[in-house]
Amino acid sequence: MRKIFGFHGGIHPPENKHQSMAGVIELAGIPAQLTLPLSQHIGAPASVVVAVGERVLKGQLIAQAKGFVSVPLHAPTSGIVSAIEDRLIAHPSGLTAPCIVIDTDGKDEWVEHVGTADFESLEPAELINCIREAGIAGMGGAGFPSAVKLSVKPDTKITTLILNGTECEPYITADDILMRERADQIIRGANILSHILKPDEVLIGVEDNKPEGITALRAAAQGSNIEIVSFPTKYPSGGEKQLIEILTGKQVPSGGLPSDLGIVCQNVGTAVAIANAIDKGEPLISRITTVTGKGVSTPGNFEVLLGTPMSFLLERAAYQSEINNRLIMGGPMMGFTTPDADVPIVKTTNCILAPTEDELPTPPPAQACIRCGLCAEACPATLLPQQLFWFSQGKEFEKLEAHNLFDCIECGACSWVCPSNIPLVQYYRNSKAEIIQTRQENEKSEQSRVRFEAREQRLIKQAAEREEKRAARKKAAEERAKQAASGEGEDPIQAAIERAKAKKAAQENA
Amino acid sequence: MALMRITSPHAHGPMSTTRVMQNVLLALIPGVIVLTHFFGFGTLVNIIWGCALAVAFETLALLLRGRPPLFYLKDLSAIVTATLLCIALPPYSPWWLIAVGIASAILIAKHFYGGLGYNPFNPAMVGYVVLLISFPLQMTAWSPPRGAGEVPGLIEALQALFVPASFDGITMATPLDILRQNNSLLIKDLWQQTPQFGRWGGMGWEWANIAFLAGGVWLLYQRIFTWHAPVAMLVSLGLMASLFYDGGSSASGGSPLFHWLSGATMLGAFFIVTDPVTSAVSLRGRLIYGALIGVLVYLIRVWGNYPDAVAFAVLIMNFAAPFIDYYTQPTSYGHSSEEGK
Ligand code: SF4
Ligand code: SF4
Repeated sequence: MRKIFGFHGGIHPPENKHQSMAGVIELAGIPAQLTLPLSQHIGAPASVVVAVGERVLKGQLIAQAKGFVSVPLHAPTSGIVSAIEDRLIAHPSGLTAPCIVIDTDGKDEWVEHVGTADFESLEPAELINCIREAGIAGMGGAGFPSAVKLSVKPDTKITTLILNGTECEPYITADDILMRERADQIIRGANILSHILKPDEVLIGVEDNKPEGITALRAAAQGSNIEIVSFPTKYPSGGEKQLIEILTGKQVPSGGLPSDLGIVCQNVGTAVAIANAIDKGEPLISRITTVTGKGVSTPGNFEVLLGTPMSFLLERAAYQSEINNRLIMGGPMMGFTTPDADVPIVKTTNCILAPTEDELPTPPPAQACIRCGLCAEACPATLLPQQLFWFSQGKEFEKLEAHNLFDCIECGACSWVCPSNIPLVQYYRNSKAEIIQTRQENEKSEQSRVRFEAREQRLIKQAAEREEKRAARKKAAEERAKQAASGEGEDPIQAAIERAKAKKAAQENA
Repeated sequence: MALMRITSPHAHGPMSTTRVMQNVLLALIPGVIVLTHFFGFGTLVNIIWGCALAVAFETLALLLRGRPPLFYLKDLSAIVTATLLCIALPPYSPWWLIAVGIASAILIAKHFYGGLGYNPFNPAMVGYVVLLISFPLQMTAWSPPRGAGEVPGLIEALQALFVPASFDGITMATPLDILRQNNSLLIKDLWQQTPQFGRWGGMGWEWANIAFLAGGVWLLYQRIFTWHAPVAMLVSLGLMASLFYDGGSSASGGSPLFHWLSGATMLGAFFIVTDPVTSAVSLRGRLIYGALIGVLVYLIRVWGNYPDAVAFAVLIMNFAAPFIDYYTQPTSYGHSSEEGK
């Protein structure tokens, strides 16, 4: 047995996972319209390569990656591009963003695509390129382009590849059901990743509250060097940094990347997407999303086309809008509320939670912080949340940074335990945003200061040069004057004056 | 229905500040029962009068500060402060003494500093020390425990509170006083000759301390606070006592058991030292905070000139808590400990 390391803090919120685990993965079906935001990942938004009115086929490229940290986008089914415009999207800020809208035709007609029968014959770089072209971004929630994560610096030796099947957030079961039903594809994906990275060990980390998933993975991994590691359930063990600490006992340096430790971490859902991309040549056009909460009568897991309106999916689970007062994309700990039930499902949407008021009550007004320290005990990043709260209130940005605000992973454990109901994470988010903004402003003003100073310097230099030239000219003139005076040469000015005088005198005499 | 927009987390744990305070109050009940058994209704009457005053002062302060009183009264912190102070006061105290104490605790120690959470000093202990310094006579007038003297009834207790002049209760030195003043008898003989001593500590006191200990252990079990500060305090107090016990001569400071079970030791360890607002925050910090309180309690008890030392020790360490916090910051994830501060 592998040694399991712990991590500081953590909490045990009610899991509420059984509700959505009754059935199997259901196909959500094809809605009349799909709305595909150009940015469903971290990095630059993709740039559109289709035009309004154009017919697209399933799997056809509709927007290409722009730059290194970006991923392309593909049509999830066949249909007509009916609009390319700003639509309301599922983003914490509740903003609109540019989207490609496809009116589906129900034919679900595939574009021509081929997979690779034998991935081992391909070079890592080629495989990474395939992954990149398939539009795969981390499906656990953050949406970091997978190809970028795999493109480690050439001098970095990856020792450990970790697949994250932890799924520690309450309510969500998308990865759990994936592990139960598609364990062989996860293992396939792990083998491909392993071929790319050549790690010494491949681990799949799963919390011990998913025994069926663990059994399925172990069966599928038989005969390979992939190790399925289970460990006690505790939120947030699925955080990348926490999972790395649990499995290796090492901490990712603040501001650094797992690859600094020789570790690459990918979600199990991402592994399946990678297997599909390599084996079948299928880009990422659908995902598994949990629909749950007491606001739906038949919670479950759905394989859903990207761009499907949330309302379509909610209908599939028998949504009761009368008893639901907020819609959460993601889980109860880190998910965000959406402004509207029609926002589209994107690559990172692992869950839609429609709770009732008594299930997740509206938070009561915050009371005073009694410095009980429960938050500090719960914090997986070993921060002092109550101090961060204090400094956030006072807008003491330097102190916030000194107390490592930016190591906060916004897991919400501190708010969860806080007896005074203080929305701590909200304070941290606001402070982070403000600090980043000030930094950018400082950078800008620093840049303009540098520019200004450079200009000043230039002007001074130019003035000095002019002065120098003037002085040189003056000196030359004086030299010549001196020469003229000493009779060594005729002074032209003097001569001209003499001539003029002589002329005038002659005229007067005449 | 319009969809609500709020930020994560959407789930919340079972703990609330009101529940914390409720549990603290519940945990005090056994101790109060024991005190009432040994010293009569004095403590109970103290508490009821003190709580009424606390609610009144808290409401007044909140109104003056423009806060909704009901919302803040709900956190029960004023009731807890009043109860703790009233338990620490001698039974059969006059009404005005309690009023001055509660006013100092609620108005000065709490609201002058900005209310719950902003007070650097434990309000109950501030109230206690203000009274001790201003009215030393009343503050050292402890009635004898059942078994060592007559215990007044309920009517007499009310009389003592509201018409203090008409009440002539007997008072007796507390075991801590006796021990401090003793310089001629061996501990063993002192025990035999003085009725105030019980089996291990002071008569009645020992049982009250055991009851507060039980309440504290229950709170620990309920995870209301961590063990660090109370255990550190008791251990360091015990170590100091064993260091200076010197086998029980007439100059002895008393055995560890005596110190654990005398005065406000257990009340202090589990209900005062654990006050989150005024203690150190990190676990390491709490160990240091508690341990230093234990040392100070012993020093002040044995060489000081006051009936008990818990209040002074706590206030001194309240003062030091921010410094302890500063030097015991935990190492955050991803910051190796060698990095230093
Ligand atoms: S849990 Fe809440 S009340 Fe307790 S210290 Fe943290 S912020 Fe303050
Ligand atoms: S949200 Fe941040 S401060 Fe709060 S527990 Fe998580 S990491 Fe710690």
